[in-house]
Amino acid sequence: MKGCLKQNLLNMLKINLNLGSFLNSQIVRRVSNTSSLFHTPKIMGNWSAVPSYKGNNLFIKSLQNQSENYCSSTQKTLDSEQTHFGYETVSKEEKTERVHSVFENVAEKYDLMNDVMSGGIHRLWKDYFVDRLHPTVNIKLLDVAGGTGDITFRVLQYIRNELGETSNYPVDESSKLLNYEKDIYSDDKVKEEDRKKCKVTVCDLSESMLSVGRERALTLGYNEDIDWVCGNAQELPFPDDTFDAYTIAYGMRNVADIPKALSEAYRVLKPGGRFMCLEFSLVENSLIRSVYDLYSFQLIPVMGQIIAADWDSYQYLVESIRKFPDQETYKLMIEEAGFRNVLYENLTFGVTAIHSGFKI
Amino acid sequence: MIHHLKRSIIILGKEQASYPVFLHIRNATTTVDKLYEDHIPTNFIQKSFLSVGSALTSITDPRRHDAIAVLGETTGYYALKNIYNQMLKDSEGGKIIADKPRINSKTVDINKLAAMPHDSLGHSYWQFLSVNEVTPDSRLPVRFVDNQELAYVMQRYREVHDLFHTILGMPTNMLGEVAVKWIEATQTGLPMCISGALFGPLRFRPKQRATYINKLLPWTLRTCRNAKPLMTIYFERRWDQNIQDLRNELNIETPPKI
Repeated sequence: MKGCLKQNLLNMLKINLNLGSFLNSQIVRRVSNTSSLFHTPKIMGNWSAVPSYKGNNLFIKSLQNQSENYCSSTQKTLDSEQTHFGYETVSKEEKTERVHSVFENVAEKYDLMNDVMSGGIHRLWKDYFVDRLHPTVNIKLLDVAGGTGDITFRVLQYIRNELGETSNYPVDESSKLLNYEKDIYSDDKVKEEDRKKCKVTVCDLSESMLSVGRERALTLGYNEDIDWVCGNAQELPFPDDTFDAYTIAYGMRNVADIPKALSEAYRVLKPGGRFMCLEFSLVENSLIRSVYDLYSFQLIPVMGQIIAADWDSYQYLVESIRKFPDQETYKLMIEEAGFRNVLYENLTFGVTAIHSGFKI
Repeated sequence: MIHHLKRSIIILGKEQASYPVFLHIRNATTTVDKLYEDHIPTNFIQKSFLSVGSALTSITDPRRHDAIAVLGETTGYYALKNIYNQMLKDSEGGKIIADKPRINSKTVDINKLAAMPHDSLGHSYWQFLSVNEVTPDSRLPVRFVDNQELAYVMQRYREVHDLFHTILGMPTNMLGEVAVKWIEATQTGLPMCISGALFGPLRFRPKQRATYINKLLPWTLRTCRNAKPLMTIYFERRWDQNIQDLRNELNIETPPKI
C-alpha cells in the first residue's frame, strides 16, 4: 500500500511538472496571439530566445575546462574573409574598424587599466621583453601597436643605461660644465653620436593612443627622436628593409589578418633583422587556467566598467585573448612568413608569451 | 506546476530573475541569459563589485554619471519590484507598464511642446530643457538589471527624472537635486536616491545649507509625506494639462524659489 501511494505521488508530481511546462508553453502561444491584452511594442529591443533559468554558471564552466573557450587555430573554421572579434565572427575590415573604436575609447585610461588588471605585472613582462630584445645603441626599431609608448620608453631607457647616462633628462648641449666634461672624456663624444643614430618609430592604428604616448614622452622626459606614425600593421607605411628590429606588444591579437601583418613585418625588416612579439597566450596548466579564466571573465569587465566606464571593450579584451592562436600554432605562422630560428618563451605560466624570429 | 510558477515570474513566457539570486550560494556565480538589447547579465559577485566600485567612484568623482547609473541598477532590485507592483495596482501606472513609452528626442516632439500654452506641463518641460541645456537623450540605457520589466521601470525612472524636476519646480543645482532625491527616495525606495538625499547635503556650502534648512527641507519633507506617487503618472498624456492643476492633483505645494 505504502509503495503504491509513493508511486502515485511520484506520478502526480511528474504529471504536474509536465503539465507545468506544457501550460507554460501554452501561455507563450496564447499571449503571443492576443496582441491587445499586453501590447508591448518592442521598445526594449529584440526579444531573445526563451532563456533557461538554470543559468550560465561560469564558475562551473571554467572548472569543466570547456574547450569552446579556446581554439588552437583561429583560421581553420572561418572563411578567408572572416575573422574573430572576441567571440563574434566578423569580416576583416569590420574588425579593424571596431578595434580602432575600442582603442579610441580606452586610450585615456589605458595605462591605469593595465596596472589594475594585471596588478602591475605587465611592467615586469615588458621589462623582461626589452631585456630579451637587448637593443643595441644604434638600433632602428619599429614598435607596432605601441601607442602609449611602453616598449619605446623602455628601449630608450635601456640604451641610456648602456651609455651610462643615469638621469632621465638628456644632456643640455649649451651647459658649459657638461661641455667641459665632454672634452675631457672623449669617449662620451663617440657615444653621443651613436645615440643620435638610435631611432624608434612608433606605429599605431589609433591617433588617441599616439597622442597619449606623445604626452607621456614629454612628462617622462624622453625627448629623443621618436617618430609617431599612425598606420595599419597590415599595410605598414614604410619601405622595404628599413628596420633592425620589429616589436609588437599586445597588438597582434587585435590584427584582423595575422599572416598579412607577419609578412609586412618580414618586408620592413632588414636582412638579419629581428621580429619580437609579446602577446597573451595559452596557459597549459588546467588548474591555473581555470583561475585565470574565472578572474578574466568575472572581474576584468567589472573593473573596466568602474574605471573606464566601458564594459564592452574589456569583454572584447578577454575574449580576444581566448581566440588568439596558442604558442605552437603562432610559431608555425611566424615560420610561414619566412622567419627562421623562431623560439617562444612563456611568462607567468603561459599567460604571456614572447615569440622571436630572425629574417635570415 | 505551482512550484514552477513560484520560482519565476513568467512574463510573456520568458523566465526572469524574480527571487533574490544570492540566496543560494551556487547562484552567486550564475547569470541569466541576455534578455534585452544592451543587457549585460551579471552574477551576484559581479554585481557586488560593481556596486561597491561605482559607489566609491560616484563619491570621489560626481561627474561620472555612468557610475551613479550603475550603482542604481545594481542595488535597486527590491525597490524596482515595489515600484513595479505599485504601478500595476494603479490604473494609470498599469497603462504605462502595458505601453512602455519612452521619452527621447524621437518619441517627444520638442517643438510641439514649445508651442503649447504657457503654464502647461509640456511648455514647462520644454522651458526646463532649454534653460538647463539638457536633452532627453542624455540618459544612459539600463544594462545590469536582470529582468526585462524591471529594466523598463529603471529606464522610465531615469527618463522622467527631468519631469520630476519640472513638476516640483526644482532647478538642477545641488539644492534642487537633493530635494528631488528626497522625494524620489521616499516614493521609490531606491538605495541610490536614499544615499543621494542623505549624503548630498554634506557637500553644501554654508549659504546653501542655510537655504536648505530654512526654506527647502520643510517643503521637501511635507511633499514627501503628502504627494501622490509620481512614477504612476502618464506624462505623455498630460502635456496640455495646466501645471498648477497637476500639482494640486498630486498634493504638491507651490515650490520655494531657490
